Amino acid sequence: MVEGEWNIITGNHAAALAAKLARVNVVAAYPITPQTTVVEYLASFIESGYMNAEYIRVESEHSAMAAVIGAAAAGARTFTATSSQGLVYMSEVLHWAAGSRTPIGMAVINRALGPPWNIHVDHQDSMSQRDTGWMQIYVSSNQEVLDTILMMYKVAEHPDVMLPFMVCLDAFVLSHTFMPVNVPRQEDVDEFLPPFRPAWILDPSDPISFGSLVLPDEEYQEMRWSMDLSMRRALEVMEDVAEEFNEKFGRYHGAAVMKYKMNDADYVILTSATLASEAEVAVDIMRDEGISVGLLKLRSFRPFPHRDIKENLQGRKGVVVIDRSISFSSGGPIGTEVRSSLYDLSGAPPVVNYISGLGGRDLTYKDVIAMFKDAVSRIASGRVRKPYYWYKLKPEYQRIELAEEVVI
Amino acid sequence: MSLTIHELRKRSSSYLPGSAACPGCGATIAFRIASRVLGPNTVYVIPACCSSIIQSPYPRSAFSAPVLNFAFAAAAAAASGVYRAYKFQGKDVNVVVWAGDGGTVDIGIQALSGAAERGEDIIYICYDNEAYMNTGIQRSGATPWGAVTKTTPTGKREMPKDMPMIVAAHGVPYVATASVGYPFDLANKLEKAKKIRGFKYIHILSPCPPGWDFPVEKTAELGKLAVDTYFWPLYEIENGKLRITVKPRKRPIKDFLAMQERFKSLKDEDIEELERRITEKWNFLLQLEGLEKIF
Amino acid sequence: MGFEVPIVLPISKPRKGSSGETGLWRVERPIINESKCIKCWLCWLYCPEEVISEGENGFPVIDLSYCKGCGVCADVCPAKAIEMVREYG
Repeated sequence: MVEGEWNIITGNHAAALAAKLARVNVVAAYPITPQTTVVEYLASFIESGYMNAEYIRVESEHSAMAAVIGAAAAGARTFTATSSQGLVYMSEVLHWAAGSRTPIGMAVINRALGPPWNIHVDHQDSMSQRDTGWMQIYVSSNQEVLDTILMMYKVAEHPDVMLPFMVCLDAFVLSHTFMPVNVPRQEDVDEFLPPFRPAWILDPSDPISFGSLVLPDEEYQEMRWSMDLSMRRALEVMEDVAEEFNEKFGRYHGAAVMKYKMNDADYVILTSATLASEAEVAVDIMRDEGISVGLLKLRSFRPFPHRDIKENLQGRKGVVVIDRSISFSSGGPIGTEVRSSLYDLSGAPPVVNYISGLGGRDLTYKDVIAMFKDAVSRIASGRVRKPYYWYKLKPEYQRIELAEEVVI
Repeated sequence: MSLTIHELRKRSSSYLPGSAACPGCGATIAFRIASRVLGPNTVYVIPACCSSIIQSPYPRSAFSAPVLNFAFAAAAAAASGVYRAYKFQGKDVNVVVWAGDGGTVDIGIQALSGAAERGEDIIYICYDNEAYMNTGIQRSGATPWGAVTKTTPTGKREMPKDMPMIVAAHGVPYVATASVGYPFDLANKLEKAKKIRGFKYIHILSPCPPGWDFPVEKTAELGKLAVDTYFWPLYEIENGKLRITVKPRKRPIKDFLAMQERFKSLKDEDIEELERRITEKWNFLLQLEGLEKIF
Repeated sequence: MGFEVPIVLPISKPRKGSSGETGLWRVERPIINESKCIKCWLCWLYCPEEVISEGENGFPVIDLSYCKGCGVCADVCPAKAIEMVREYG
């Protein structure tokens, strides 16, 4: 196990350092609050010579993603970062990146979508891009930001995977908050992460046309299947890489999920990102009260870890899923997918899905406890009547939402 | 040093016969000449346009140089990325955008402007057939005044954007207009652009038989007539200095318009007005030519 | 896990006749009259399909497997040495 250097840094700084340590060749990024300091750190790293990379100061996020795809197509390891409006603006090219099988790395500072303008945390931005073919990992600490970006380059560039990844960190809660981070040494990262070997490349000595028209009876469907298969395979690769990282650097954040006091838990709280850290505190407090509860932290939303979900939730008395985004009229993305995953299990536990914390509405361990106790009471009295419940709306609106007539 | 036909005959193009292009396609004439001059050490970034389809469906390609087909709005951005990756690797490869007018003057303008402003060392070539031809002849910002298209069935009311001047206003080292009707002028301009470092822009008029509605054999003739009527002046702007590269004896614009059904809605007074605007533009270019620098 | 994970890529390889034998599209075929031809090679320069090359005897020759019969060569020939002839009837 190797030792790094302790620093007190923000999540954005950690993300920029990870890109530098990963020896990214080309960076293209466009500023947006609260991602801005990532691109500013990268600019100062590169201009000072601390980091050796080309930096393309693009004129929009759509172009940022286009530029890194172009660079990856020419064989470069690439990185970009964005947030909210920027992420959804580049939506078209997110699909293009995944379909191009270019393992681009991106830090997404999760921020609410407008209108109206809101610079604070929720997950609507990345959740709305869940079908793009990108892997999505949600993290809870600045250490996890840095470590996960390094690990995900190894996962994404695995010959069986070749898909881009986004490491999602909460706006301001992580991006602008200082935390102790152990920063690995460059030599150790070099040993862990070998140079990028692309699946295909633009090379005048071996010309190909990439991405031209594919007719229905040719391999279009197979190309999509291949992306899906690779993403499923990525779940295993993620576990292998997490183990390898732990052996070398002495830190384990989980792979697709992270278990906390799950062994004998009757009830499970399932959530992600910084809310999961709050949930850890809630679990500790409730355990002291004698409540049998554990936390299943979802790190990887894409690929969706069906097996981990089924294995860890089978046989429990209840599951409380807290989403920080909404798929309008359907429910929370995590909640609906957990339900769907459990549907085939005989004796699947009841799942109560809460939507809260949108637009940066503050959620603490107290809120987690409140939602948990509400859920348990509903389960006990047979009052889980809706696929999802909004929590912590202002009283005049919460009253409407709780009215039994508001069935769906 | 002008390229001769013998010099051009010694070089091979990156175009393979039997593509999906229409018979008489102006874009393929342009591509054959351009790729011949640019040579095999070239990578093309091609946004959605006729050339995306001309390459033919998977798994075969009519282009024998590496091509990155890309999203409509972002060719110049993708090309910036390709170029920077090669720069990082220390590789010397021509990075060229090969785009239609739609992906250049309309949806692609933002990425083009950004790449020009950053001075990315690429050649951006717009082959202009003056409408969204690939999707079946809808008007673009490059469609000429009075032209009939499927979205301007009674003739376009607006003048087209002057894209070469817009790019030149970014202060790039080289901007040029060209036409498939003057292939040597085109070849010489590309040969010059290839040797310049920085952002280069070439705008090639590419007549389109189905889109402009003229007999398929007249493509080259129309490309020449466009220049000879001063409808499409051929000039270059090198480090801000403008020079008209072909100064033909002017032919009346009605000769050019009469050959194409797309201008059939123009009345005599419209043609007079168009002639006036063309002459005005030509005189303006002559004045600019007299200046030491225009950008 | 031991299963195979192919990366299926949308990659096309350069090939002549990528859209098939496009000579079948023709309605008219170009015929070069070598007695008139001055070997200026303008037909070769303007041919949109790159199907004109130098034949054994030094005159231009057209690959009829791919020639789409557009007639641009005939139109640009300064010696009027190319005639477009109907394929059928």
